[in-house]
This record gives sequence, structure tokens and C-alpha cells, in this order.
Amino acid sequence: MADGTQDEGERKEPSDDEAALSARLQRLGERLANVSRPSENRSGPRQTADRSAIARGFRLSTELVAGVLVGAVLGWLIDRWLGTSPWGLMLLLLLGFAAGVLNVMRAAGVVDERRLND
Amino acid sequence: MDPIHQFHIINLFPVAKLGNAEIAFTNSAAFMLLAVLLLSAFLILGTAGGRAVPSRLQSAAELTYEFVADMLRSTAGHEGMKFFPFVFTIFMFVLLLNMFGLIPYGFTVTSHIVITAALALTVFFTVLTYGLLRHGVHFFNLFVPKGVPIVILPMIVAIEILSFISRPVSHSVRLFANMLAGHIALQVFAGFIILLGGALGAIGWAGGVVPFAMIIALFALETLVAVLQAYVFAILTCIYLNDAIHPGH
Repeated sequence: MADGTQDEGERKEPSDDEAALSARLQRLGERLANVSRPSENRSGPRQTADRSAIARGFRLSTELVAGVLVGAVLGWLIDRWLGTSPWGLMLLLLLGFAAGVLNVMRAAGVVDERRLND
Repeated sequence: MDPIHQFHIINLFPVAKLGNAEIAFTNSAAFMLLAVLLLSAFLILGTAGGRAVPSRLQSAAELTYEFVADMLRSTAGHEGMKFFPFVFTIFMFVLLLNMFGLIPYGFTVTSHIVITAALALTVFFTVLTYGLLRHGVHFFNLFVPKGVPIVILPMIVAIEILSFISRPVSHSVRLFANMLAGHIALQVFAGFIILLGGALGAIGWAGGVVPFAMIIALFALETLVAVLQAYVFAILTCIYLNDAIHPGH
């Protein structure tokens, strides 16, 4: 293909050749854009984050721990500020656990991932 | 022999003084600076030619660009491309720092949670700020799933908010823990060789072949982990940015 274009270029005027080349480049760009468009906004982007089993397992466990941890810390802080001990910790720990499970299910692709374009 | 020793921060020279706290240029900062310089040199030299038939360096620079651009487009859509510089910088920075850790006498900057947490919080606040600026109050639709009965909606919203807040935690801990655990495992197996040789003499040194083989296998795994974790960190950044761009359900 490269040889063909070179032969063509030698026969034509240089300015003509440049115009033809830029036109072809533009067409190529449009074609490439069309080709790459279907790949965007496909559903379930979360799954692409997992490539190996270790990474997947590690990812799921950190998701759960992070949820529980954030719930516990937030509950503890709220208790400290508002003096509602131990209710804030109890409630937010449970909610944090729920959030952790939700995180894990999202990461594993069990729950339908939130839609990308509404 | 101490497997934690490799993570020690060493002050190279003092830079400034804030009250009683001294701010020093550490080995961690030195490696980060080296990463930034190498990365800049790689991209500046790689894109300087701009030839239609790329040189090897230009080809490598274009490959990294294409890789990150594809990743961002496929997760955050076309609009996400405005965050390309941000995601590209994060990916290359983390990748290079992870790789530095594999070089003997190198220092693994990403094995310190303060670094990964700073990066994860940057992403978190970028998502928050951009989402609020772009969508205003509609950004909070992120926490309100559609089609939920009004009775359990407050609980669901609370869970969604907690899930959102827990993102930077899992985002930073994953990278930090992977790097820390891998490097400790390498060091422990290296320590076995010394222990065997010290305890059993010549037989011990010969037996050291077994942990040495293990180190080689682990090292290959660590190389995979270094690249994979940089990729995971970057793609999670993309996924979170997608929520800032399209918060509706």
C-alpha cells in the first residue's frame, strides 16, 4: 500500500499530492473515529478493572473493608461531635457494612452498573 | 534482613522549616522527582520528531497515549477526554514509581499510603468539584437510584453516600497494600538465603537455590503487579470521573 501511494505521488504535482494525502488522512480519521465509537459507553466497565484472579480477589476484599471502615469511622466521629454514643457508631457501622457489600457487588458486576448516559 | 527496612524514609537535605517541623528532601521525593523528569524527557523526546513513520521512542510514546486514551474513552465516553492529561499523568506516574521499586536499591514510593492516599483524594475531590460545578444539585442524583420505594429511600441514599465516601479508601489501600506486600515477600525470601547459608554453611548456600528460584518467580509476579496496579488505579480513576460527567442513573 505504501508503494502504491509513492508511485502515485511521483506522477502528480507535489501540491496535488499533498492535497490528496490530507484528504485521505481525513477519511482515515473519520473511519477510525467510526470504528472506535462502538467501544465507548459499553455496559459494565467495572469488569475491565479485573485482569487476574489475585487482583480481582484483592479488589473485592478492599471494597468490603473500605465500606465497613468508613462507616465505623464516620459513626465514631458523629458520636464524638454530637454525643450520641453509641447510636451513631452502631447505625453507621451497619450502613457501612451494607455499603461495603454494595461496593463488592458492583465491583463483581453482580448488580446492574449504573447507566452511563442516564 | 529486616524486611521493613527497605521502606525507611531517609532525609537527604533540609528544604524549609515550618514552625518546629522540618521539611526535608527525602529519598521518596528524590524518586518522585526522578519519575517526573524521566517521564517529561520520554514524552518531550518522543514527540519532538513528529514523523509519519515513528521512531522507536515516538512509537512508545504514541502507544502509551493510545492505551490511556482508549481506556478513558471506553469508560467515560468522549466527554471524558477532557480529563486525559489528568488520567495520563496519574497512570504514567504510578507505573514509573511502581517500576522504580523493582530496581535493586530502588525505593518504592507507592508502598507508602500517604502517597497513594494523596493521589486517591486528588481524584475524589476532582470528581466532587467537577460534578458539582458541572451538574450543580443534579450531581446528588448519583446517590438516589431510580425506582426505589420511598419507604427505604433514606436508607439507600445513606448507603450510597457511604459507598461514595469509601471510594478513596479502597482506591488508595489497594495500590499501597499490593506494593507493600509484594516487596516484603521478596525481602523475606531473600532473607531465607542468608539464613540458610549462615546456619548450614556450604550445604545451606546450595540449598539457597530454592528460595532464589522463588524470588525469580516472585519478581516476575511483582512486575505484573506493578503494571496491573497502575492500570487498575488509572481505570478506577476513569470510572469515578465517569460518575462526575454522567451522574444520572
